[in-house]
Amino acid sequence: MAASSTLAVSVWRGKESGRFQTFEVPRHESQTVLDVVTHIQRALDSTLSYRFSCRVGMCGSCAMNVNGRARWTCRTHVAEVAAGDRLEITPLANLPVIKDLVTDMTPFFDKWAKARGRFQGGRTRGHDFARVLPESRERRLADAAIECIGCGVCYSSCDVVTWNPDYLGPAALNRAWTLLNDVRDTDNRARLGAVAGDAGCHACHTHMNCTERCPMKLAPTASIAGLKRAAALAALKGELGDAVTK
Amino acid sequence: MKSDFRARNHPAYWAFIVHRASGVLLALFLPLHFWALGQALAGEAALESFLRWSDQPLVKFAETGLVLLLAAHLAGGARLLMLEFLAWRDWQKSLLAAAAAITLAAGLAFLLNIV
Ligand code: SF4
Ligand code: SF4
Ligand code: FES
Repeated sequence: MAASSTLAVSVWRGKESGRFQTFEVPRHESQTVLDVVTHIQRALDSTLSYRFSCRVGMCGSCAMNVNGRARWTCRTHVAEVAAGDRLEITPLANLPVIKDLVTDMTPFFDKWAKARGRFQGGRTRGHDFARVLPESRERRLADAAIECIGCGVCYSSCDVVTWNPDYLGPAALNRAWTLLNDVRDTDNRARLGAVAGDAGCHACHTHMNCTERCPMKLAPTASIAGLKRAAALAALKGELGDAVTK
Repeated sequence: MKSDFRARNHPAYWAFIVHRASGVLLALFLPLHFWALGQALAGEAALESFLRWSDQPLVKFAETGLVLLLAAHLAGGARLLMLEFLAWRDWQKSLLAAAAAITLAAGLAFLLNIV
């Protein structure tokens, strides 16, 4: 362990407007940023609000800004990110702050619904299993984008979301792309219309903040590029038309 | 809350900045370029004197900057097209490196040719 045995941690307190409060937190081996926040809340100031659940990188609820970058805090080791034994922890950007480190994820998930992120099948339990070959093109494309944990890191890092609050954002578009490649889904014409509007895939500037930061190492930028191509093709075939939502 | 530069400090974002800045600067340069071409219409002497002026080292240096801008914008644009149309995955960073290399190579070639 490093010589210095404490961390100076600046934590955001309040809502949209607020201030930083600094805490001294003892360092430990293999300590995660979530461990640090938990120590503060349990031992130093029980009024601190934050969110987590699984602690193993599955649920997507623990994302915060750590030293200016959005991260999943349960899988981020202090040793990786603490610059000179200092940590700055703020709530995710681009989302309303409820209190301290807790953001309101409603706009984020509403946009999944807007992008028609729900699977719509055409079969009933009376049908046989759908057969999707693992090596088929569609299956491989869906696979590459499917492991999203809904953490909001990409959404918080995206400039276009900051510029245009209506922009559907990388996660919702990435979700739409997986469904577009799901051969069982029956809603794809409407879905493509939903993601091809002004606030949809064409608004992406290919900054790749999302792809750079996604903790699951997904590439929402690639999924969005796929949607752009699919939407352009559908428009050429005259299949987009009235389905496009503004 | 909004994120600051720390959230944006990564190669792909720098590529975006370079592409945007080179585009704006090239657009600003265009009127000058057309004016210079227009000098040819105004007669040989005018063009000659302009070309002599443009032979000075400082102007040559500025022209190298221009070549760099053009190469950067071109290579950056090709990179974007590939990102939009090809099924890229991990090699997108190599693509970025290639764009940067092409830019520098073009600038260097121009510089070595004239110095
Ligand atoms: S690549 Fe597109 S979706 Fe991703 S951060 Fe940039 S603008 Fe947002
Ligand atoms: S795409 Fe990545 S960063 Fe975005 S919500 Fe899903 S897991 Fe999180
Ligand atoms: S607590 Fe579940 S992903 Fe971090």
